[in-house]
Amino acid sequence: MLSLSNRKKVIEQGELSFMEKLYLPVIAKGLGITVKHLFKRKVTIKYPEQKRSFAKIYRGLHVLKRDEQGRENCTACGMCAVACPAEAITMISAERKKGEEHLYREEKYASVYEINMLRCIFCGLCEEACPKDAIYLTDRTVDSEYNRDTFIYGKDKLVEKIDNRIDISQRKIKTEQKLDKLK
Amino acid sequence: MAKVTIDDIEIEVPDGTTILQAARMIGADVAPPAMCYYSKLATTGGYCRTCIVKVEQGSTKDPRPMPKPVPSCRTTVMDGMVVRNNTSPEIQEARAGIVEFLLINHPLDCPVCDQAGECDLQNLGYKHGAEATRYEFDRRTFEQIDIGENIKLHMNRCILCYRCVKTCEQITDGRVHGVLNRGDHAEISTYIEQAIDNDFSGNVIDVCPVGALTDKTFRFKSRVWFTKPMDAHRDCDKCEGKVAVWMKGNEILRVTGRKDEFGEVESFICNTCRFEKKSVSDWTIEGPRKINKKSVISANHYEETKKPTYLYDRVQLLNDGKKLPEVNSKDNG
Repeated sequence: MLSLSNRKKVIEQGELSFMEKLYLPVIAKGLGITVKHLFKRKVTIKYPEQKRSFAKIYRGLHVLKRDEQGRENCTACGMCAVACPAEAITMISAERKKGEEHLYREEKYASVYEINMLRCIFCGLCEEACPKDAIYLTDRTVDSEYNRDTFIYGKDKLVEKIDNRIDISQRKIKTEQKLDKLK
Repeated sequence: MAKVTIDDIEIEVPDGTTILQAARMIGADVAPPAMCYYSKLATTGGYCRTCIVKVEQGSTKDPRPMPKPVPSCRTTVMDGMVVRNNTSPEIQEARAGIVEFLLINHPLDCPVCDQAGECDLQNLGYKHGAEATRYEFDRRTFEQIDIGENIKLHMNRCILCYRCVKTCEQITDGRVHGVLNRGDHAEISTYIEQAIDNDFSGNVIDVCPVGALTDKTFRFKSRVWFTKPMDAHRDCDKCEGKVAVWMKGNEILRVTGRKDEFGEVESFICNTCRFEKKSVSDWTIEGPRKINKKSVISANHYEETKKPTYLYDRVQLLNDGKKLPEVNSKDNG
C-alpha cells in the first residue's frame, strides 16, 4: 500500500545495550518524572466543585431575549437561519392574535424555533444577523446528553424565562464595538 | 429610428421609445431602476422619480443638455441623445435622495414583511439608501385592511406608485380600487373596503413593488428565500396558466406570475391559479426558475455554484509557479 501523505517514517530498532537490558535505570528515570510532577502546579481542576471563569465574550448556549415588558423579541425573520453557516436553525412563524400583544413584540412571531446544538458551531453569526436584538450567545454551556434528539433545542430551552433574565450585556458591548469598526 | 447613447453604449431604437425602454433593451445593468413604471400597463410611470437620468445632449439638432435630471420612463428618445445613468455621480446622488423620500413614511418592518427578499424598495434602499433616517416626525400610520378574502393591504408600506390602481383599471372590469385623499394623506383603498372579486384582482400583489399588497394565503408562511421557485403551468380557461410556484419541500406555498429581471410579470394570472391551486397535482412543474445570484433567494442554494475556472492558474502563480497537486485542478472540480 502506497502512503498518501509520504510523511511516514520507518524506525528501525537495533540491539539493546547492556544498560538498556538492565531496565532499572530507565524505570528510575520514569519514576523521577512522575515524582517531579507531584510538586508542580496542577493543570486540572476539580469540576464541578471548582469552575473556571469564562471569558467575558464566551460564545455558548443561545438565548432568545425578551424586551423590558417581557415580550419576545424574535419576529421569525429568518436572518439567523440564512446567516448560519452550519444550517442549524429552523423556525416556523405565526401571526400574533388579538390579546397576545403582551407575549410578542411584533405582529409576527416564531411559533417554533429550533437550534440543532450538534450542528451549531457557536460562531455567533446569528447574533450578528439578528435585526431585532433577539438572539444572543451566552456564557452557558450545552449540557451533555445520551440521546442525539435531545440536542435539538426548542423555544422551551432557548427563550429566557420572564423571572430569570439572562445577562448578555458583555456580549452586547462586543457586538456594538464590532459594528462600530465596520462603519 | 433614433440613435441614443446610454452610459457610453450606443443603441438604435424606434422613434417614440422612452429612455427607460431603450436602456432596458441594452440590458439590466444599464437600465435605471423603476418603482412605478410597468411596461405591461399603460400610463404608468412618472410618479416615483427613481428612474431619473441625466441628458447630456438633447439631440443632434439641439445638442444642449437638459437642465435637470429627467424621468426616463416618461421621456422619449431623440436622435443623437446622450444619456448618463450609472456613470453619472450626480444622478446616483439624486437617486439616493429619492430613496430617502420614498422611505420617509416606510415603516421598515422588513423582518415582518412577506415581500422582504423580493422587494424593489429593499433592493433600492440597499443600493442607494442611507444607514439612518433624517426624518424626525412620526410616520403616517394606517390600520391593515383585508381587501377581499385573499389580499391584505398594509397601507403603511405603500409608496403610492399607482401600479395597482392601473392594474384594476386596465385588466379588471369596474373600477373599485383607487387612491383616496391627497398629498400626505393619500391612501390606496377600495371604496369603503369593498372586496374586489374580479378574476384578475390578485395581480395587484404581483405589481406592488413593496409589501403593501400581499397574498393572505401566503401570509407569514415562510420567508421568500426559504422557498424554492419553480416554473409551472396548467390548463386554465381564464388565463395562460403559466406561473411560478414557490415550494417548500413538496408543498406549494405560493403561486405568482413569472417575474422577469425588471420585476415585471410575463403574463397576468387569474385568481383561481393564484389562490386556489396549491396542490402539486394541479400543476405541471417544468423546473427551477433562474434566480439572480445576488438575490437573497439564492442564499444557501448551492446547486448552481460554479467553481471559478481561473482560480487554478492564479493559485499556481501565487505559488511561485510550483506545480500543484492534481486534486486541485479545475478538471477535478
